[in-house]
Order: sequence, then structure tokens, then C-alpha cells
Amino acid sequence: MTVTETPFAGGIVGEARLRKEDPALLTGEAKFIDDLDLPGALWVACVRSPHAHARINGIDTSGALAVDGVVAAYSGGDLADTWAAPLPCAWPVTDDMKNPAHFPVAQGKANYAGDIVAVVVATSRFAAADGLEGVVVDYEPLDAVVSIEEAESDRVVIHEDLGTNVSYEWPLIPDPEGVDAAFEAAAHHITETYVHQRLIPAPMEPRGVAVVPAPHNGDMTLYSSTQIPHVLKVMAALTLGVPEQKLRVVAPSVGGGFGCKLNVYAEEILCMALAQRHGVPVRWTESRTEAAGSTIQGRAQRQTIELAADADGKLTAVRATLLADMGAYLQLVAPGVPLLGAFLYHGLYDVPLYSFTCKSVFTNLTPTDAYRGAGRPEATYAIERGMDALAVAVGVGADEIRSRNFIPTEKFPYDSPAGLVFDSGNYQPALDRAKELIGWDARMAEQAERRAAGSTTHLGLGISTYVEMCGLAPSRVLASLNYGAGGWESATVRVLPTCKVQVVTGTTPHGQGHETCWSMIVADRLGVDPDDVEVLHSDTAISPLGMDTYGSRSLSVGGTAIWMATEKVVEKAATIAAHMLEASPEDLELTGGVFSVKGSPDAEVPLAGVAFAAFTAHDLPDGVEPNLQAQVTWDPPNFTFPFGAHIAVVEIDEATGAVDLVDYAACDDCGNQINPMIVEGQIHGGIVQGVAQALWEEAVYDEDGQCRSANLADYLVPSAAECIEMKLDHTVTPSPTNPMGVKGIGEAGTIASTPAVMNAVVDALRPLGVTGVAMPASPMTVRRAIEAAGGGAS
Amino acid sequence: MEVSVTVNGQVRTADVEPRTLLAHFLRDDLGLTGTNIGCDTSSCGACTVLVDGRSAKSCTMLAVQADGADVTTIEGLAGEDGLHPMQEAFHECHALQCGYCTPGMVMAAVSLVDEYSDLDADGVREGLEGNLCRCTGYQNIVKAVLAASE
Repeated sequence: MTVTETPFAGGIVGEARLRKEDPALLTGEAKFIDDLDLPGALWVACVRSPHAHARINGIDTSGALAVDGVVAAYSGGDLADTWAAPLPCAWPVTDDMKNPAHFPVAQGKANYAGDIVAVVVATSRFAAADGLEGVVVDYEPLDAVVSIEEAESDRVVIHEDLGTNVSYEWPLIPDPEGVDAAFEAAAHHITETYVHQRLIPAPMEPRGVAVVPAPHNGDMTLYSSTQIPHVLKVMAALTLGVPEQKLRVVAPSVGGGFGCKLNVYAEEILCMALAQRHGVPVRWTESRTEAAGSTIQGRAQRQTIELAADADGKLTAVRATLLADMGAYLQLVAPGVPLLGAFLYHGLYDVPLYSFTCKSVFTNLTPTDAYRGAGRPEATYAIERGMDALAVAVGVGADEIRSRNFIPTEKFPYDSPAGLVFDSGNYQPALDRAKELIGWDARMAEQAERRAAGSTTHLGLGISTYVEMCGLAPSRVLASLNYGAGGWESATVRVLPTCKVQVVTGTTPHGQGHETCWSMIVADRLGVDPDDVEVLHSDTAISPLGMDTYGSRSLSVGGTAIWMATEKVVEKAATIAAHMLEASPEDLELTGGVFSVKGSPDAEVPLAGVAFAAFTAHDLPDGVEPNLQAQVTWDPPNFTFPFGAHIAVVEIDEATGAVDLVDYAACDDCGNQINPMIVEGQIHGGIVQGVAQALWEEAVYDEDGQCRSANLADYLVPSAAECIEMKLDHTVTPSPTNPMGVKGIGEAGTIASTPAVMNAVVDALRPLGVTGVAMPASPMTVRRAIEAAGGGAS
Repeated sequence: MEVSVTVNGQVRTADVEPRTLLAHFLRDDLGLTGTNIGCDTSSCGACTVLVDGRSAKSCTMLAVQADGADVTTIEGLAGEDGLHPMQEAFHECHALQCGYCTPGMVMAAVSLVDEYSDLDADGVREGLEGNLCRCTGYQNIVKAVLAASE
């Protein structure tokens, strides 16, 4: 059901238009949180527990107060009366979910290395840091719960009042007996267990907070390096008990987020409280090493996937069982992260029967939450690794097993076994194109030659085909999942008297190029220059309504709101233009910024003339209000379902276990594209982030719960030297659920690339008897896998 | 301690604590906040500036070590005619997204191109190994640096 018509006629959408964001970012003009000049601001430094689990028997802050520049120091007890509510978790996925009280400063006990136990306030960032040394905390270390298996055993219960480390169990099994019967009847029953290691999101800009109070009238401005100023405003008002109308939240230039700035953090609420208390601006900037204990981490789950298939490898049922690590507390949407993948463990395959269960537990580690893809990379990894195992069992190629199982194009919209309706899809062409880009046949031949020659530099090819659900989200669906908010987005389009345009959006970009893309959407329709369209965002005083940016939602939800507001503006302008031309609005068309009467080329009025007439209001039709603007709030009727095929090629040196990524191709389909240059940029970065999970990155914790890879010297964010040139192409299958036919592309690369690389790694080592390799596939891990399989040179 | 540094062509003198890093001196004392700080282990390169024409991570130097030196930050790169060719190339090639690593990446690239005359893609990748970017996957950065090197 491919819709091939584009709804865009202005010649602007679809162009690789350069970004209007760039000049400020390229010259140092852009202001990030730590760049803000706030005269008289006090700096906050946090005393963080060095122990993963410890009772706090006493805190002495007097030494800090003796340090030059320190003006105050507080323990958790000193601030206990400050909070109106604990830090929020907005996603209680089950009615009986266990959610420990989590306050900005801990009292009595520290539950992970990084838990804030006291704060120092000083006149400079250096004085605040010096003050930390003066705080003496009497800790009584307790056994730390580090692994999810240990957590599940409840040998040590972290939050004693809850009586267990299990936060919740969430099943999705529409037809349990059917699933059991399918597995009994299956010709092939694949069971695979995978571990998603903990990842540190590591946007290049660490987090930061600055709060400016106005003590006499009660106003407060919270600046934060956040993805979610709108959600934060509501949550911060509730958590601290300040009136929401007095609170303004601003996200200045934000240096990347990847999900880790989709949260309500202790330091945000803490700085608000301290600004209130001291009556002057208060600020805090995270250091990179501190971030391992102050900012959420991602993934961290063990998954078992079972596939039932007939003799030909046609899937009959999929069963996924998860054990997920929430860390020490439930952050904003952490419980829901596994659920964002819960519907997708059958991938893009036509499977009648489905079973998903997730159990989530507390550990004495940094809290987890959404990280680029949030749930969908995990789901895609499980099904895509599992499909390779099935291909081996059936004795067909990795490409063939997928082709046999793809949801047929004629089945869209597709009722998925997990209860979703996939909007549109056409999967085989994407796989065909990716194979073409990578030179599949030649690579396979090369692999066969190397194997025949007994080469110890093994070549591996890995396919990953994926579908994701984007465009969070239909509010009613969120309600059914117990999410504490809606999934709509808001936009205002305003044509100013001089025919320049303001767009106010509730989306909150931090690298995605919304200013460029949103102006293209509006300019394309209005027939104005995109440079004449200003996009305003990320300040709740300017854009009061919004649900912010995450989950590849901004274009399909926020962009759609902009599209619809633009249509409303055009409609109103047409009414005024018709009045001016003494014509009927239905007879008018807007082309190139000019309204003309169809069939009468001479009868025309430019949009500029209409805008000015709307401003002067001297002669408007009866019942038409002055000014040209419209506001729309759009609640999507469904998710969108982008898809694609990625193929990785790796070389592995058998002697050292070193994995070299040598080639990579991807064909993605995100529906209609607004700006293909930005689409490709998102895919590039996404792929590398997913490859990094496969090969390099891991938040390594020791048995005491200490993060051993807390900084960028030890946590292996790849540099250009490790990365390669990627080959990209796309197909276009528009979504029928929004008028622009768009889907979303922010997370696709990350979702697809991890299993592609790991399938390639296992494929390379298969002649040595290796059937699985843990992530990250470091040389040591690869060597151990080879040795465990009993193969290879030693 | 008093330090005197020529920054973007102007002599700037300030009284700093001995422990002050060049990065903090530029940002906090001179208000040149284009130089970003992304880590605390000299790993990320976001704070890269030119010291006497060569790239240096300004978090690895004390301000006092720059006494008497000639420092160029991202604010000093664009001329009266507009953006520096490297800045222009980053714009043209979509070599930045969130832009946080960008000032350091651009300064490192300027130094790299200045130092090597016949750069290829591998040379650019090796040459920029000390500068991390989380957004772009480096593909368009490599493209931009090669474009600017021609």
C-alpha cells in the first residue's frame, strides 16, 4: 500500500537544505548551560556516596563551612522539609509496581555510588569543589547488589520497606495456550539468551542546571540542559511545590541528549530549592566522571528469546522473557523502557502468536532510563540475533530466512500479534537494496574463499532488518500503558505584519535541526523563504505547550501539528484574500506566496498583502479576527513504523580476537523526508552509536558496585579513527497516519546496527564453532568465545 | 598569578589562581565560552584551541603555561569576510548536529590541515582521533575536513 504522492508542492521540502542552526554553533555564539552569565550566582557541588550501598550514620559539614568561599552546606536531613514530593516516576506500569521514595538528597542510606548525600554551596565552582573535601560522612557499608540475578534472589533487599528488589512484572500474552501449542508443534525451537550491557549515553555536553529566582514576586526560571523543558516544568512544580504559573523552564543550546536528558533530576530540584533558600541564582555543572553517578544509564537487561518455526523456517510463535535493571531508583520513565520494546520482539516478521514478559529489579547501581531507541534496540537485537540462529538451524541464508518471514506488503495495515497496527511497510526492497550496496554476493564469495583457504582473518556478514515504533504517542494508548501524561504536540504558526513568520513548537531540539526542518515545512506551504521563518522553542514562556523531543516523535507528532497550523493559517488567509479579491475562498489557490483566483490569473494578492490586511484589520470580512495565526494541538491516532535493512561486514583476527568493521550499508525507510541531509546525518550518528554498543562501550561495574569506566578515557566512545564510511540509501513508504506521510529517523540507526554487527561477528566465527559472543565484542571477549568453542589458534 | 596571553589578536591580562586551566581562563575570565568542556580526562577534545598556531586541548594546559603565547579560539576564527573555510565546510557538509564538540573539532581540523598537505580520509580520521563527536558518526566531519583541505 505504498503511497507515492508527496503532499508537498512548494519545492522546498525534500531539498538538502543547509542548517540555519549552524552559524551560531560554528562560531561560539550559541550558549550552552555552562555558558550562561549569571552575576552573583552561587555554585553547588554534590557530595556523592562513594559506596554502592551504605547506611549513613552521620554527616558533619563543619569542615566545608571553613573553606574559603563556601557559604552553606546541607545534609539530606537539613533539606528534608524542602520537598513536596519525591522525584517523579511518571510511568507506574502496573498498579502494584514498587517505587521507592527517591529524594534529591538521600537520608539514612545511600543506594548507589553517586547518590547525593550532602551539598555544598559556594561563591565559585572551585570553592564548591574544595568544600566537598570538608564534608565528613560516617558510612557503614552494606553488601551491594550488583547483578540482576543477585537482585532477583532478594538475598539483600535494597529498599527494606518494599520487601523485595522486584519492582514489577509485566506480561503481554494475548493467547498463552496458543503460544504453548505452537512451541510443542514446532519443527524448530530456538532458545537464545542475550545480555545488553549497561551503556553510558555520554552526550558531549554534560548536564547542567542554573536557577534564577525572583524572591519578591515569586518567579523562578530554571535553565537546564534538558530534552524536556515542558515535562520538567510540570514535574518540578509538583516536586518542589512551587506554583506552575510562576515557573519558567528554559533549555538553552543543548549539546546532545540521546535520552539521558529526558528526565527530572535531583540537581534540577535541588538547585531550585537552594535558589529559593538563598534568594540568588544557583548553578551546577556536571563533570564527566560525576555523570556516571548522576545521569541515567541505558539498556542493562538480560533477554531470552524463543522462536517456534515450521520446517521451512516460517515463524509460528515468538516468546521473549526479560529481566531488566532499573538501578537504585525509578527515574522518570524507566519502568516503561522495556515496554517500548515489548510489542516488537517479533520484529518485522509475520508471526501469529506472541508472548512477552518483563520483570524489572532494583540494583545498587546508577538508575537506568531511556537511551537512544529505548526498548526497541533491545527488541530488535533479540529477534535479529534469533533469526540468524534460526537460519542456521533451518540451513538457509540469513537473507533468505528473513525474506520468508517478512510481513507481506499486501497485509498493511498489519494487525500485529502484540496488538499494534503497523501503518505501512514494504520490507523486501529495503533488504535487496542493502545487499546491493554492500555487494552481498561478492562478499559471500570472498568469505567462502577465505574459509576454503584456511584464512585466520575471518570475514563475517551480518544482516539486521528492523521495524520500530515511533511518534510517541497516541494519548489513549499511553493511558492503557499507565503512562502519566499524553503524547500530543502543539504548534503555533504566526504570519507577522511584514510577512515574516514565527513558528512556536513544543518540540525541543538538541541537535536534530528542527529550526531548519520546521521552517522548510511552513515555507513550502506558504511560499515564503525558509530564512523568513523563525522557529521558537525550548522556553516555556514562549512555547507554553509541548511534550518535548524523544522517541523519534518530533517530526511525526510536532511536525504534523505545524503542518496543520499552517493549513489553518492558509485557510484564514484565503478568507481574507477572497474578501480582497471579491472572490470565493474555494476558488483561490496559494502558489509561490501569492493567492490567485483559479482561471483568472490577473486576480491575485500576495500573502504579504493579506498579512498586512490581517494586521491593520481595517477591512476584514465579518466574523474574521485580526492577525494571521493558528494554534494546533495534534494527538496522533497511531504510532509510525519506520523500517529498514542494515548489513555489516567485519574481519576478525583469530589470534588476537580483534574485530574490525570493514564495511557497512543501510537502506532505511522513514516515509517522506523533509530534509534528506538531516535524515542521513541522523542515520550516520545512530549507526555509530549502535556499533559502539556491539564493539566498544560498557559501563563496567566491579563486585562492589563501583563504575570502572566512569570517564571518557575508560568508556570507549568511538573516535573517527574507529569508524568507517557508511553506504546509505532509502526507500519511501509514507505513513498513512499523518498528512505528511512521515515516520521518524532519530533512533533507527542505533536500533539496527547493533545486531547487524553482532550477527557479522558470530558469522565470522561460526567455522570455529562459535555460536554467540557477548557485547561488547572486545578482543578478550572474542578470544574467550573462540576458546570456549574449542577452536582457533591459541 | 598574573598571566598575559594574546587571545584572538588581543593581549589579555588577568590575575588567576595557579591551578586555573587554560580552558577555564578562556571561559570564566575572558568570557570566551565557545571553547567547550566535555570531559575531565583530556579525552574529548571539545576544548581544543590553537596555541601558537598548533592545536592544544585547553584543559591540559594551565593558564600560566600559556603566558606569552598566542591563542586562537573559535571566536577568533571567522574573519571580516565571514566564516573561516573550515567553518564553511562544516556547514556545507552538515558536519555538526548538536554543535557541542564543533568548536574543538573545527580548531583541531584547522591545525591538522595546516600541518599536513596531502590528507586522505584515513589521515583525517587518525588526525582527529583526539576529538569525540557523539552525533555525526564522523562521516560528514571527514568529508568537511577533506573539502576544506583542498
